[in-house]
Amino acid sequence: MTRLLKAVYTIWLRDVIRFYREKTRIVGMLGQPLLYLLIMGTGLSSSFRMSWGPGEVSYLEFMYPGIIGMSVLFTSVFSAISIVWDREFGFLREVLVAPVPRWTMAIGKALGGSTIAMLQASILILVAPFIGVKLGPVMILQLLGMLFLIAFSLTSLGITVASKMETMEGFQMIMNFLVMPLFFLSGAMFPLRNVPPWMETLMRADPLTYGVDALRHIMYAASPARDFLVQFPLGTDLMVVTAMSLFFITAGTLAFNRTE
Amino acid sequence: MNIIEVRQLHKTYKNLTAVEDVTFEVGEREIFGFLGPNGAGKSTTIKMLATLVRPTSGTAIIDGHDIVSQPNRVRQAIGLVFQETTLDERLTAAENLSFHGMLYNVEKRTLARRMAEVLEMVELSDRKDARVKTYSGGMKRRLEIARGLIHYPRVLFLDEPTVGLDPQTRNRIWTYIRELRDREKLTIFMTTHYMDEAEHCDRIAIIDHGRIVALDTPANLKKMVGGDLITLRTPFRKEVKRFVEEKFNLAVQEPGDYLLMEVAGGESFIPVLAGELGGRIHSISLHRPTLDDVFLKLTGRDIREESANGRGALRSHMRWRR
Ligand SMILES: Nc1ncnc2c1ncn2[C@@H]1O[C@H](COP(=O)(O)OP(=O)(O)OP(=O)(O)O)[C@@H](O)[C@H]1O
Ligand SMILES: [Mg+2]
Repeated sequence: MTRLLKAVYTIWLRDVIRFYREKTRIVGMLGQPLLYLLIMGTGLSSSFRMSWGPGEVSYLEFMYPGIIGMSVLFTSVFSAISIVWDREFGFLREVLVAPVPRWTMAIGKALGGSTIAMLQASILILVAPFIGVKLGPVMILQLLGMLFLIAFSLTSLGITVASKMETMEGFQMIMNFLVMPLFFLSGAMFPLRNVPPWMETLMRADPLTYGVDALRHIMYAASPARDFLVQFPLGTDLMVVTAMSLFFITAGTLAFNRTE
Repeated sequence: MNIIEVRQLHKTYKNLTAVEDVTFEVGEREIFGFLGPNGAGKSTTIKMLATLVRPTSGTAIIDGHDIVSQPNRVRQAIGLVFQETTLDERLTAAENLSFHGMLYNVEKRTLARRMAEVLEMVELSDRKDARVKTYSGGMKRRLEIARGLIHYPRVLFLDEPTVGLDPQTRNRIWTYIRELRDREKLTIFMTTHYMDEAEHCDRIAIIDHGRIVALDTPANLKKMVGGDLITLRTPFRKEVKRFVEEKFNLAVQEPGDYLLMEVAGGESFIPVLAGELGGRIHSISLHRPTLDDVFLKLTGRDIREESANGRGALRSHMRWRR
């Protein structure tokens, strides 16, 4: 048992150390959501009134949890895709010949990606006062837990995809046909209400939808506008994100067992 | 006792037979070499023994464990250095080693001691905190060998450990390998297509098109192609020729202004010859048959044509890519 935990920990530690070493990656991944927040948030809130809710909810408040969700999404998928690099540069081999079952690699990787994504997102939480969102310590803990869960499900999804990829060439495809749709369909940037049924279906299949919804639940728990900002009960969000985490980590582990 | 017992190991990829019914044993503390041209099936054999590739049929027992049914036990018992580097270049050497130790469940205090030991051996102690990215090719290779030893394996597999390295570094790596065998009671299984390198092995299997065509000590293999050739220069050719023919019952030829003879143990024959002939000779030289000669005799092809000039290598890699 300790042996397996040690293996998971090793994979996790390697990812975290490598992330910490890559300063440009940190800057890039932090800069992007901040930029979105600044440009789109301020730009759109002047021309965008939240038509269905009471007047006091600003667009910035609406999109802020969405931008955090976006940051989690990008970081998670990037971390998972690094498996393809590992395969190309051989390190994956070193892990695959170690006397540990392969699922430890999948779980270690998923935990590593989730940790990094959660850390990035938690820096975004620091700007909450500037958005006009008040967060208490309990709320922050709840947010961190939720962020970790969302990140875990998305990293696992990424691992499942990455284990099928032979080279980095497919990366652009993944960005265009997986990451961006996941982002836009999640309701992070604009509310997905009164949309055509096909879009509603896609939106409901997107794990990030529930993740972002849960973040809004937690952040605006005390706000009178809460019910206008969220779409599902918090319990549903939690259940769906947890179920998706389990589903994707299982799929990722199985996909991993089949490589090479 | 044999630490590696390979039984009818066989691997086919679609319609290509990479390894064909290979059977052999490796004794404890032996340096065993797999010699063959590109595409002969050397890496495939190593990968099967290291439990990375599943044999199509047959099996092998390593340190008492079956490679097919007990892969995790086999993995713990072996160290592995791949043909292509598998270091994490963005981490430091020390981190690469310690992650390896953790994956192989080496206890923390033992790990620290062991890391210092192996780094010392491959002379990288002072560079241990540098990123591997900044290492030269030879340093990387040495680090990989060190990493393969972290968990005290019983057998170390080295797939072309010295390919692409300068002669000095190659020699150094050979020094480590012998040191290891003596100090750690390690068995070493290595592949190469350098003939001169195969000479360092206790025994060699020559593999061609997936089949073992010969297996013996380098000296015995070379005996297959004939004895040592001794060239003798002397002002008294006729006299000396007659004397040697009568005294040692040897056929002596006179192809030019020198004498040529074929003997079984040239090395020990020279002092005898020199003692008998004393000051009457100018020089004696010895040409011993090489493994190149052996390969040529066994396969009808020159191994150097296939690998050393690189064209063969390229061809086989292109085949591989397709
Ligand atoms: N994954 C694979 N799929 C298909 N064919 C393969 C695969 N791996 C190896 N082969 C084929 O098996 C044969 C043996 O390859 P192998 O890599 O074992 O040769 P090698 O002796 O190590 O050669 P080299 O000196 O070039 O490393 C080659 O013909 C190669 O094309
Ligand atoms: Mg090879």
